[in-house]
Amino acid sequence: MLAVNFLLLAAVLFCIGVFGVIARRNAVMVLMSIELILNAVNLNLVAFALMNNNQEGQVFALYVIAIAAAEVGVGLAMVLMIYRNRKSIALDELSEMKG
Amino acid sequence: MVESLLAQAEMNGSVNVAMNIAFGIIATVMIFAAFSVVTTKNVVHAALYLVVVLAGVAAQYILAAAEFVAVSQVMVYIGAVMVLFLFGIMLTRAQIGKEEGLNNSGWQLGIPVALLLFGLMAYVIVDTYEDTVIGERTPFATEGISDQVLAPFLVPFLAISFVLLAAAIGAIVLARKD
Amino acid sequence: MLAAEETYKSLELSSGWFMENAWLIALIPAVAFVLIIAFGKKMPFKGAEFGLASIGASLVIATGAGIQWMQRTDSADHGGEAAQGMASGVRGALRAAEGAEAKPFIDPVVSQWVWWQNSGLEFGIGSHIDGLSILLLWLVAFISFLVQIFSLDYVRGDRRYTHFFAALTLFSSGMLVMVMASNMVQLILGWEIMGLCSFMLIGHWWEDSYNSHSALKAFFTVRVGDVGLLIGTAILFFGSNQWAVDNLGTNGFDIRAIQAWALSGDGSSWTLLMASVALFIAAIGKSGQFPFHTWLPDAMAGPTPVSSLLHSSTMVVAGVFLVARIYPVFWEGFNIANGGLSFIAIIGGITIIIAALLAFVQDDIKKVLAYSTVSQLGYMMLGLGTGAWLPAVFHVFTHAFFKCCLFLAAGSISHSGSHHSFDMKKDMGGLRKFMPITFGAWCVSTLALTGVIPFAGFWSKDEIIDNVGDAGYTFLFWVGLFGAALTAMYMTRATYLTFFGDPRGAAAGIHHDADHGYATEHRETLVTAATIDRELVTVGAAPKSLGAAAAHGDDHGDDHGDDHGDHGDHGDHGPHESGKLILIPIVILAVLALTSGFANPTPLAGDALGLNLGEGVELIKEYVEPRAEAVSLDIAAGHAGESVQLLEPGFVPNEAAGFVPNEAAGFVPAAGDKKAGCGRSTPEVGTVCYFPAVSHAVPTLSKILLSLGVVAIGYAAAIGFCIAFYKNKHPKLVGLTERSRIARGGYLFLKNKYYLDALYQNVFVYFVSRPLAKATYWFNQNVLDAAVDGVGAGGKRAGEFVYKNIDQKLVDGAVNASGTIASETGHGLQPIQSGRVNHYASLLFGAAAVGAIVLVILNVS
Repeated sequence: MLAVNFLLLAAVLFCIGVFGVIARRNAVMVLMSIELILNAVNLNLVAFALMNNNQEGQVFALYVIAIAAAEVGVGLAMVLMIYRNRKSIALDELSEMKG
Repeated sequence: MVESLLAQAEMNGSVNVAMNIAFGIIATVMIFAAFSVVTTKNVVHAALYLVVVLAGVAAQYILAAAEFVAVSQVMVYIGAVMVLFLFGIMLTRAQIGKEEGLNNSGWQLGIPVALLLFGLMAYVIVDTYEDTVIGERTPFATEGISDQVLAPFLVPFLAISFVLLAAAIGAIVLARKD
Repeated sequence: MLAAEETYKSLELSSGWFMENAWLIALIPAVAFVLIIAFGKKMPFKGAEFGLASIGASLVIATGAGIQWMQRTDSADHGGEAAQGMASGVRGALRAAEGAEAKPFIDPVVSQWVWWQNSGLEFGIGSHIDGLSILLLWLVAFISFLVQIFSLDYVRGDRRYTHFFAALTLFSSGMLVMVMASNMVQLILGWEIMGLCSFMLIGHWWEDSYNSHSALKAFFTVRVGDVGLLIGTAILFFGSNQWAVDNLGTNGFDIRAIQAWALSGDGSSWTLLMASVALFIAAIGKSGQFPFHTWLPDAMAGPTPVSSLLHSSTMVVAGVFLVARIYPVFWEGFNIANGGLSFIAIIGGITIIIAALLAFVQDDIKKVLAYSTVSQLGYMMLGLGTGAWLPAVFHVFTHAFFKCCLFLAAGSISHSGSHHSFDMKKDMGGLRKFMPITFGAWCVSTLALTGVIPFAGFWSKDEIIDNVGDAGYTFLFWVGLFGAALTAMYMTRATYLTFFGDPRGAAAGIHHDADHGYATEHRETLVTAATIDRELVTVGAAPKSLGAAAAHGDDHGDDHGDDHGDHGDHGDHGPHESGKLILIPIVILAVLALTSGFANPTPLAGDALGLNLGEGVELIKEYVEPRAEAVSLDIAAGHAGESVQLLEPGFVPNEAAGFVPNEAAGFVPAAGDKKAGCGRSTPEVGTVCYFPAVSHAVPTLSKILLSLGVVAIGYAAAIGFCIAFYKNKHPKLVGLTERSRIARGGYLFLKNKYYLDALYQNVFVYFVSRPLAKATYWFNQNVLDAAVDGVGAGGKRAGEFVYKNIDQKLVDGAVNASGTIASETGHGLQPIQSGRVNHYASLLFGAAAVGAIVLVILNVS
């Protein structure tokens, strides 16, 4: 099996995730796209672990999964709060950061 | 496609044909599902497509001899994270069904950025790992992971424990109705 | 390894409890600091007892460790040689040819506790005992102990007495931590603790804005240098980590690994140069070298014991210590081995002269000493920069005693002689009659500082100058000699003004409440010609600046806060000798200023002078200077401590290293071959060097007489000047600065400290503190508008018709364009800040992609 396979698949997933983050208007969908990006990175880590015959990559993948779980929890809580305050989770209506 | 893979196998003895076919099928499904996640007009469908992608990633982990990570992926992502997403969709009262305006006004900007990134990464990956072949390998022992987590990577492990605790508390504080 | 086994001889080195537990030396003061903060105010001596007891205990352990280190070195030299039979024969041959250079490397005693471990990278904290660290440990503990005794009386009744002792104790702890550091992380820790304590102690009387301003100045100036320390450490880590992991089993923060890596020849010279420059900037900041010396004289705003301990004898040598500690990096980075004119030597030379010149125009006794300190630190740097490692370290040792003594004497004068004033012109004079012991100690230390023969400074400073000349830096040799003459002159001036002549001001018993040194003179940022010629104000004459002093309010400068009643008894009685607690440390230091030079008198110098000092008196050279001998790699990697196997020089036939075969006695080195050895050629495969083979000058009678003669000329000229100017008030000299433009210009230039402060304050700080937008605005307003005006003027000359066209079309367009540009620079980037997360994301990823593309293109091409 060629190493390129895993890495290219991860690159595709990553770019789709990036597109989703940029294009989507719904905050929950943006969070889903971020999950795609994280999974792409994880896939890379596991593939490198396989290539180098070294389990450290897998350990990092596990850590990333743990962080991703925390990120989704906090992210969705924030989305809920935004929804409660504004009755909308459309990101383009949130422009308090406009300079 | 099968012929080309067989030819590849003849060229290089260490390439496992069945594995390559499995990889190709799963990868195709994953890419399709991922594409649907970011293009579908239905939020619930997007979540379900995301399940497919995550399951595909878990399958790829098994192909990459990382069965413990695969199991964790299934349990954490498909079991826990997806439930969270579905709750999030439900609580924010997204329409169950088609919805207009899921995309930004400037969503086309994402296409060149994503293509640029992909072109760049594909070039770098192919340029670097063009000929690297991963030989057959027995799965790593899960024991090895525990050795790694508990000895050299113990401090990050503890740090992640605190992060999770903080995230749990933070999520409760944020989502609580006052 | 089979063949190699025979060439390595096992060498048993003695160890001991004190050396293995040397970390206690730093830990005890740290614990004492906590105790003082927590319980100090409730204790009978307000916390001072914790400080004194802890430093005393540290001193005992440091002394024990020092003795054990000497035993360890001896055990290698004697026991090792006897055990090796034939080796001694080889050694004898080497010694005959090179002058006893071939002694085995003594492995340091390392005790470490790992507090961070992640993926193979370990950070330890603990003690690393070798000659250099044991010397500094003992020195710091000893000086701290004496200064704390001095402080008992000196700051008695201060409103922050307890905090003073807490900070003083914490400082000692920080310095000890740094000195015993075995890795750069610990070194930075100690370094920063010292910076913090320096800040706290300079601003001890922070109610006076001058003091807090000085504290901030010191802190920020040193902070600029500290950036260099961090950058240099990072460069060294990334340069040496892989090498250290592969060869020594440590990491790139380990100081021994850095030393060995620098000398291994595996590091690129660029990496080493960059690291040396960055680290030396840190040393410049901490050790007050040009151009960062400006903070040190202002640091005298702190209480005198602080000036004495931190800003003269210990903390400011941290920069020198840093250079000495990882000397191989500088040795290779600046190519000292081949006589490259190094950055260190140049900075040291400049510092010697400019600081000495500045000392001439100071009226404040502590500032004279501060500039003298800067100048002497310049000598140390000069020595290190030209390969004279040993004399530089020796000068750290002797300088600590006599400079600390001078400061304590200055403190004693202000405490009992001049009523808290440090102004030599206004409040001193004739004090030798009132304070004979202080005067005696001051004279001994002055003679030591100026390098008069049996006193300590002679042995160290002259050795530096001698070695500089010997290494081929003729110009710097003369710079050093000139600096020595200047030292004699400004110290004579200070001594004369303080102790001779008629008493003036407070010394004459005039007691004016508001007259507190720092309140008056040192606030003026720039001195103008009108105010330069302050004459001596003797009894009877109205003090010129008294009115100005009184205007500055009540409770300033080196005053002991609210508790003025404590000093009431002597305030009315005029000058008198200080109490025992103040005098005892001064006397001890004065004795050491006289004798400490004999720790390392060059025997040949002794011979040349007809003094038979015998052999083996060069204690510092014997026990402190690391031996530049290669150590076999596999053994050095493991356990530091009990036994180390050493490569016997001469057993490995290697022509490149300077050894040629000789059938009769093994191998003898090619005599006089300076190009071989550690730091001059790449070490053998399988061996590492920890220290470069520095050369030592052979003193000659003519050179000694030359330097003594220079000092004597300096003294004679200065004494003559002082008597003519201050005593007889020779009409040609008095008022010279008013009559002669050159003299006035020079005087003003010095008085304003080369305008460096003004430069920093008005140029650097001004531009950094203003937002960059303001600079852009200025550019728009002035440069662009000027360009537009220029175009307009050109058009005018070209003719009315053309003028009108150009004016209408080009100039107006340009004006409008410049206005638009000015507006756009402000508003142009605004649309990007849409406040929309998606836009930010696309910008982020797009920018990352573009950056990555640039990197790929750079890598491919």
